[in-house]
Amino acid sequence: MQWNLSDDRPIYLQLMDTITLAITSGALPAGSRLPSVRELASEAGVNPNTMQRALAELERSGLLYSQRTAGRFVTDQSENITQRRKELAMEQIHVFLSAMKDMGYSIAETIELIRQAEKEGSV
Amino acid sequence: MSEPILQCTGLCKSYGKKSALNNITFSLERGRIVGLLGPNGSGKSTLIKLANGLLTPTSGEIRISGNLPGVVTHAQVSYLPERTYLSDWMTADDLLKFFSDFYEDFNIDKAADMLTRLGISPKDSLKTMSKGTKEKIQLVVVMSREADLYLLDEPIGGVDPAARDYILNTILTNYSESSTVVISTHLISDIEKVLDDVIFLNRGQITLHKSVDDIRAEYGKSVDALFREVFAC
Repeated sequence: MQWNLSDDRPIYLQLMDTITLAITSGALPAGSRLPSVRELASEAGVNPNTMQRALAELERSGLLYSQRTAGRFVTDQSENITQRRKELAMEQIHVFLSAMKDMGYSIAETIELIRQAEKEGSV
Repeated sequence: MSEPILQCTGLCKSYGKKSALNNITFSLERGRIVGLLGPNGSGKSTLIKLANGLLTPTSGEIRISGNLPGVVTHAQVSYLPERTYLSDWMTADDLLKFFSDFYEDFNIDKAADMLTRLGISPKDSLKTMSKGTKEKIQLVVVMSREADLYLLDEPIGGVDPAARDYILNTILTNYSESSTVVISTHLISDIEKVLDDVIFLNRGQITLHKSVDDIRAEYGKSVDALFREVFAC
Protein backbone atom coordinates (compact mmCIF):
# COMPACT_ATOMS: atom_id res chain seq x y z
CA MET A 1 0.00 0.00 0.00
CA GLN A 2 1.10 3.57 -0.69
CA TRP A 3 0.98 5.57 2.51
CA ASN A 4 0.95 9.24 1.61
CA LEU A 5 0.11 11.09 4.76
CA SER A 6 -0.67 14.78 4.71
CA ASP A 7 -0.22 17.23 7.55
CA ASP A 8 -3.65 18.66 8.02
CA ARG A 9 -5.85 15.68 8.89
CA PRO A 10 -5.83 13.16 11.72
CA ILE A 11 -3.48 10.31 10.83
CA TYR A 12 -5.93 7.51 11.63
CA LEU A 13 -8.44 8.92 9.12
CA GLN A 14 -5.78 8.94 6.42
CA LEU A 15 -4.78 5.39 7.28
CA MET A 16 -8.45 4.37 7.01
CA ASP A 17 -8.65 6.01 3.58
CA THR A 18 -5.57 4.21 2.31
CA ILE A 19 -6.75 0.80 3.51
CA THR A 20 -10.27 1.40 2.21
CA LEU A 21 -8.85 2.24 -1.20
CA ALA A 22 -6.75 -0.93 -1.16
CA ILE A 23 -9.91 -2.91 -0.45
CA THR A 24 -12.21 -1.25 -2.99
CA SER A 25 -9.55 -1.41 -5.71
CA GLY A 26 -9.07 -5.11 -5.02
CA ALA A 27 -5.42 -4.80 -3.97
CA LEU A 28 -6.62 -6.36 -0.73
CA PRO A 29 -9.17 -8.92 -1.99
CA ALA A 30 -12.35 -9.83 -0.10
CA GLY A 31 -11.68 -12.41 2.59
CA SER A 32 -7.89 -11.92 2.53
CA ARG A 33 -5.87 -11.67 5.70
CA LEU A 34 -4.28 -8.39 6.75
CA PRO A 35 -0.70 -8.11 8.02
CA SER A 36 -0.39 -7.54 11.78
CA VAL A 37 -0.91 -4.12 13.31
CA ARG A 38 2.82 -3.83 13.94
CA GLU A 39 3.76 -4.73 10.39
CA LEU A 40 1.26 -2.26 8.96
CA ALA A 41 2.36 0.45 11.39
CA SER A 42 5.99 -0.10 10.55
CA GLU A 43 5.24 -0.08 6.82
CA ALA A 44 3.37 3.22 7.12
CA GLY A 45 5.87 4.64 9.63
CA VAL A 46 3.17 5.40 12.16
CA ASN A 47 2.46 4.61 15.76
CA PRO A 48 0.92 1.14 16.28
CA ASN A 49 -1.83 2.60 18.46
CA THR A 50 -2.84 4.89 15.60
CA MET A 51 -2.92 1.96 13.17
CA GLN A 52 -4.92 -0.04 15.71
CA ARG A 53 -7.47 2.74 15.88
CA ALA A 54 -7.81 2.93 12.09
CA LEU A 55 -8.35 -0.83 11.89
CA ALA A 56 -10.87 -0.79 14.73
CA GLU A 57 -12.86 1.92 12.94
CA LEU A 58 -12.80 -0.07 9.71
CA GLU A 59 -14.09 -3.08 11.63
CA ARG A 60 -16.96 -1.01 12.92
CA SER A 61 -17.79 0.12 9.40
CA GLY A 62 -17.91 -3.53 8.32
CA LEU A 63 -15.00 -3.56 5.87
CA LEU A 64 -12.82 -5.66 8.16
CA TYR A 65 -13.48 -8.30 10.76
CA SER A 66 -11.18 -9.95 13.24
CA GLN A 67 -11.04 -13.47 14.41
CA ARG A 68 -9.73 -13.84 17.89
CA THR A 69 -6.75 -16.01 17.12
CA ALA A 70 -6.37 -15.96 13.35
CA GLY A 71 -5.98 -12.24 12.82
CA ARG A 72 -7.80 -9.58 10.90
CA PHE A 73 -9.45 -10.09 7.51
CA VAL A 74 -11.09 -8.11 4.76
CA THR A 75 -14.84 -8.74 4.88
CA ASP A 76 -16.11 -11.54 2.64
CA GLN A 77 -19.42 -9.68 2.22
CA SER A 78 -18.68 -8.30 -1.22
CA GLU A 79 -21.81 -6.10 -1.10
CA ASN A 80 -20.19 -4.12 1.76
CA ILE A 81 -17.21 -3.44 -0.46
CA THR A 82 -19.31 -2.59 -3.50
CA GLN A 83 -21.35 -0.17 -1.45
CA ARG A 84 -18.30 1.55 0.04
CA ARG A 85 -16.75 1.76 -3.40
CA LYS A 86 -19.82 3.48 -4.73
CA GLU A 87 -19.88 5.90 -1.80
CA LEU A 88 -16.26 6.84 -2.52
CA ALA A 89 -17.09 7.37 -6.18
CA MET A 90 -20.05 9.55 -5.32
CA GLU A 91 -17.91 11.68 -3.00
CA GLN A 92 -15.45 12.30 -5.84
CA ILE A 93 -18.26 13.05 -8.27
CA HIS A 94 -19.78 15.60 -5.91
CA VAL A 95 -16.43 17.35 -5.50
CA PHE A 96 -15.91 17.33 -9.26
CA LEU A 97 -19.41 18.53 -10.10
CA SER A 98 -19.28 21.35 -7.62
CA ALA A 99 -15.93 22.48 -9.10
CA MET A 100 -17.47 22.36 -12.59
CA LYS A 101 -20.50 24.27 -11.38
CA ASP A 102 -18.21 26.95 -9.97
CA MET A 103 -16.72 27.26 -13.46
CA GLY A 104 -20.23 27.79 -14.85
CA TYR A 105 -20.80 24.39 -16.47
CA SER A 106 -24.20 22.72 -16.28
CA ILE A 107 -24.41 18.97 -15.65
CA ALA A 108 -25.30 18.35 -19.31
CA GLU A 109 -22.31 20.38 -20.49
CA THR A 110 -20.06 18.55 -18.05
CA ILE A 111 -21.21 15.16 -19.28
CA GLU A 112 -20.60 16.33 -22.84
CA LEU A 113 -17.05 17.34 -21.85
CA ILE A 114 -16.43 13.94 -20.27
CA ARG A 115 -17.53 12.21 -23.51
CA GLN A 116 -15.21 14.45 -25.46
CA ALA A 117 -12.29 13.71 -23.12
CA GLU A 118 -12.96 10.01 -23.48
CA LYS A 119 -12.94 10.26 -27.27
CA GLU A 120 -9.64 12.11 -27.21
CA GLY A 121 -8.25 9.27 -25.16
CA SER A 122 -7.32 11.33 -22.14
CA VAL A 123 -9.42 9.22 -19.75
CA MET B 1 -6.40 0.79 34.98
CA SER B 2 -2.77 0.12 35.85
CA GLU B 3 -0.52 2.54 37.67
CA PRO B 4 0.90 5.31 35.46
CA ILE B 5 4.47 4.70 34.38
CA LEU B 6 5.40 8.30 35.07
CA GLN B 7 3.61 10.64 37.41
CA CYS B 8 4.47 14.19 38.37
CA THR B 9 2.63 16.00 41.14
CA GLY B 10 3.16 19.70 41.74
CA LEU B 11 6.70 19.29 40.49
CA CYS B 12 8.95 22.36 40.76
CA LYS B 13 12.63 22.81 40.08
CA SER B 14 14.63 25.98 40.45
CA TYR B 15 18.28 26.62 39.76
CA GLY B 16 19.00 29.28 42.35
CA LYS B 17 16.53 32.05 41.70
CA LYS B 18 15.72 30.83 38.22
CA SER B 19 12.68 28.58 38.02
CA ALA B 20 13.01 25.81 35.42
CA LEU B 21 9.84 23.85 36.14
CA ASN B 22 6.87 25.41 37.82
CA ASN B 23 4.19 23.24 39.43
CA ILE B 24 3.89 20.50 36.85
CA THR B 25 1.27 17.81 37.26
CA PHE B 26 0.67 15.08 34.72
CA SER B 27 0.85 11.33 34.27
CA LEU B 28 1.76 9.00 31.43
CA GLU B 29 0.21 5.60 30.80
CA ARG B 30 2.02 2.51 29.62
CA GLY B 31 2.24 1.66 25.94
CA ARG B 32 2.49 5.21 24.62
CA ILE B 33 5.04 7.15 22.62
CA VAL B 34 5.05 10.70 23.90
CA GLY B 35 6.70 13.77 22.43
CA LEU B 36 8.03 16.30 24.90
CA LEU B 37 8.12 19.51 22.90
CA GLY B 38 9.07 23.03 23.76
CA PRO B 39 11.42 25.83 22.78
CA ASN B 40 14.97 26.03 24.13
CA GLY B 41 15.07 26.49 27.86
CA SER B 42 11.48 25.41 28.43
CA GLY B 43 12.42 22.69 30.93
CA LYS B 44 12.46 19.53 28.79
CA SER B 45 15.87 18.30 29.88
CA THR B 46 15.24 19.32 33.47
CA LEU B 47 12.11 17.18 33.52
CA ILE B 48 13.94 14.19 32.06
CA LYS B 49 16.83 14.58 34.49
CA LEU B 50 14.40 14.70 37.40
CA ALA B 51 12.86 11.45 36.21
CA ASN B 52 16.32 9.91 36.26
CA GLY B 53 17.21 11.17 39.70
CA LEU B 54 20.07 13.23 38.26
CA LEU B 55 18.37 16.24 39.79
CA THR B 56 16.15 16.40 42.86
CA PRO B 57 12.92 18.38 42.85
CA THR B 58 12.78 21.71 44.67
CA SER B 59 9.24 20.76 45.66
CA GLY B 60 6.58 18.31 44.57
CA GLU B 61 7.41 14.79 43.45
CA ILE B 62 7.99 12.58 40.46
CA ARG B 63 7.32 8.84 40.50
CA ILE B 64 8.22 6.01 38.12
CA SER B 65 5.54 3.33 38.40
CA GLY B 66 4.97 4.40 41.97
CA ASN B 67 8.61 4.71 43.06
CA LEU B 68 10.71 7.79 43.65
CA PRO B 69 13.76 7.90 41.36
CA GLY B 70 16.49 5.70 42.81
CA VAL B 71 18.08 2.29 42.52
CA VAL B 72 14.80 0.55 41.71
CA THR B 73 13.80 2.97 38.98
CA HIS B 74 17.24 2.94 37.33
CA ALA B 75 16.59 -0.65 36.42
CA GLN B 76 13.26 0.33 34.82
CA VAL B 77 14.34 3.46 32.99
CA SER B 78 16.53 3.58 29.91
CA TYR B 79 17.91 7.07 29.48
CA LEU B 80 19.49 8.74 26.50
CA PRO B 81 21.17 11.94 27.71
CA GLU B 82 21.46 15.01 25.54
CA ARG B 83 25.25 14.67 25.51
CA THR B 84 27.27 11.57 24.83
CA TYR B 85 29.04 10.15 27.84
CA LEU B 86 30.72 7.19 26.16
CA SER B 87 34.43 6.58 26.70
CA ASP B 88 36.45 7.23 23.59
CA TRP B 89 38.84 4.30 23.99
CA MET B 90 36.05 1.72 23.70
CA THR B 91 35.13 -0.09 20.52
CA ALA B 92 31.47 -0.60 19.66
CA ASP B 93 31.90 -4.19 20.77
CA ASP B 94 33.36 -3.13 24.15
CA LEU B 95 30.42 -0.84 24.66
CA LEU B 96 27.88 -3.61 24.08
CA LYS B 97 29.69 -5.83 26.61
CA PHE B 98 29.83 -2.94 29.05
CA PHE B 99 26.07 -2.39 28.79
CA SER B 100 25.43 -6.08 28.99
CA ASP B 101 27.36 -6.23 32.30
CA PHE B 102 25.64 -3.18 33.59
CA TYR B 103 22.01 -3.87 32.79
CA GLU B 104 20.23 -7.16 33.27
CA ASP B 105 17.62 -6.26 30.68
CA PHE B 106 20.15 -5.51 27.94
CA ASN B 107 19.60 -7.54 24.77
CA ILE B 108 23.07 -7.76 23.25
CA ASP B 109 22.00 -9.69 20.15
CA LYS B 110 19.46 -7.05 19.28
CA ALA B 111 22.06 -4.30 19.75
CA ALA B 112 24.64 -6.10 17.59
CA ASP B 113 22.04 -6.65 14.89
CA MET B 114 21.05 -2.98 14.89
CA LEU B 115 24.68 -1.86 14.61
CA THR B 116 25.14 -4.11 11.60
CA ARG B 117 22.01 -2.66 9.99
CA LEU B 118 23.39 0.83 10.51
CA GLY B 119 26.70 -0.19 8.97
CA ILE B 120 28.74 0.29 12.14
CA SER B 121 31.64 -2.11 12.53
CA PRO B 122 31.95 -3.64 16.04
CA LYS B 123 35.74 -3.30 15.90
CA ASP B 124 35.76 0.47 15.33
CA SER B 125 36.75 2.51 18.33
CA LEU B 126 34.49 5.38 19.33
CA LYS B 127 37.38 7.83 18.95
CA THR B 128 37.34 7.34 15.18
CA MET B 129 33.60 7.91 14.82
CA SER B 130 31.71 11.02 13.78
CA LYS B 131 29.28 12.76 16.09
CA GLY B 132 26.30 11.27 14.26
CA THR B 133 27.68 7.75 14.42
CA LYS B 134 28.27 8.06 18.15
CA GLU B 135 24.70 9.24 18.56
CA LYS B 136 23.45 6.25 16.61
CA ILE B 137 25.41 3.85 18.82
CA GLN B 138 24.16 5.47 21.93
CA LEU B 139 20.58 5.26 20.79
CA VAL B 140 21.07 1.62 19.82
CA VAL B 141 22.29 0.64 23.28
CA VAL B 142 19.55 2.60 24.99
CA MET B 143 16.80 1.03 22.85
CA SER B 144 18.29 -2.45 23.26
CA ARG B 145 17.35 -2.54 26.90
CA GLU B 146 13.99 -4.03 27.70
CA ALA B 147 12.96 -1.21 29.99
CA ASP B 148 9.56 0.08 31.13
CA LEU B 149 10.32 3.69 30.37
CA TYR B 150 12.62 5.12 27.73
CA LEU B 151 13.60 8.74 28.16
CA LEU B 152 15.23 10.05 25.01
CA ASP B 153 16.61 13.56 25.22
CA GLU B 154 17.10 14.90 21.67
CA PRO B 155 17.75 11.46 20.16
CA ILE B 156 17.85 12.29 16.46
CA GLY B 157 19.37 15.76 16.31
CA GLY B 158 22.75 14.81 14.85
CA VAL B 159 21.63 11.85 12.78
CA ASP B 160 21.16 11.98 9.01
CA PRO B 161 17.58 11.72 7.66
CA ALA B 162 17.98 8.18 6.30
CA ALA B 163 19.27 6.83 9.60
CA ARG B 164 16.60 8.88 11.34
CA ASP B 165 13.90 6.89 9.57
CA TYR B 166 15.58 3.64 10.53
CA ILE B 167 15.90 4.75 14.13
CA LEU B 168 12.29 5.86 14.37
CA ASN B 169 11.25 2.56 12.92
CA THR B 170 13.43 0.84 15.49
CA ILE B 171 11.66 2.70 18.25
CA LEU B 172 8.28 1.74 16.76
CA THR B 173 9.04 -1.93 16.38
CA ASN B 174 10.95 -2.37 19.63
CA TYR B 175 8.88 -0.80 22.30
CA SER B 176 6.44 -3.16 23.90
CA GLU B 177 2.87 -2.54 24.87
CA SER B 178 3.78 -2.27 28.52
CA SER B 179 6.52 0.32 28.06
CA THR B 180 6.42 4.02 27.30
CA VAL B 181 8.82 6.12 25.26
CA VAL B 182 9.28 9.83 25.93
CA ILE B 183 11.09 11.72 23.18
CA SER B 184 12.18 15.30 23.67
CA THR B 185 12.95 17.03 20.40
CA HIS B 186 12.70 20.05 18.15
CA LEU B 187 12.41 17.95 15.01
CA ILE B 188 8.67 17.61 15.30
CA SER B 189 7.75 17.01 11.68
CA ASP B 190 10.11 14.01 11.53
CA ILE B 191 8.62 12.24 14.51
CA GLU B 192 5.04 13.43 14.55
CA LYS B 193 3.68 10.31 12.88
CA VAL B 194 5.15 7.97 15.45
CA LEU B 195 3.79 9.80 18.49
CA ASP B 196 0.61 9.04 20.41
CA ASP B 197 0.59 12.16 22.52
CA VAL B 198 2.46 15.40 22.76
CA ILE B 199 3.24 17.59 25.72
CA PHE B 200 4.03 21.25 25.05
CA LEU B 201 6.30 22.79 27.65
CA ASN B 202 6.75 26.52 27.84
CA ARG B 203 8.72 28.37 30.50
CA GLY B 204 8.50 25.48 32.87
CA GLN B 205 4.79 24.86 32.50
CA ILE B 206 2.69 22.43 30.51
CA THR B 207 0.58 24.34 28.03
CA LEU B 208 -0.86 21.36 26.13
CA HIS B 209 -1.13 17.61 26.65
CA LYS B 210 -3.10 15.94 23.84
CA SER B 211 -3.01 13.17 21.29
CA VAL B 212 -1.58 13.98 17.86
CA ASP B 213 -4.82 13.10 16.11
CA ASP B 214 -6.89 15.20 18.52
CA ILE B 215 -4.65 18.16 17.74
CA ARG B 216 -5.02 17.60 14.00
CA ALA B 217 -8.78 17.21 14.30
CA GLU B 218 -9.17 20.23 16.54
CA TYR B 219 -6.79 22.69 14.91
CA GLY B 220 -6.80 21.31 11.35
CA LYS B 221 -3.03 21.41 11.24
CA SER B 222 -0.03 19.32 12.11
CA VAL B 223 1.63 19.42 15.51
CA ASP B 224 4.65 20.96 13.81
CA ALA B 225 2.53 23.80 12.41
CA LEU B 226 0.79 24.31 15.74
CA PHE B 227 4.13 24.43 17.53
CA ARG B 228 5.42 27.08 15.14
CA GLU B 229 2.30 29.12 15.74
CA VAL B 230 2.21 28.76 19.52
CA PHE B 231 5.90 29.45 20.00
CA ALA B 232 6.39 32.06 17.28
CA CYS B 233 8.99 34.60 18.31
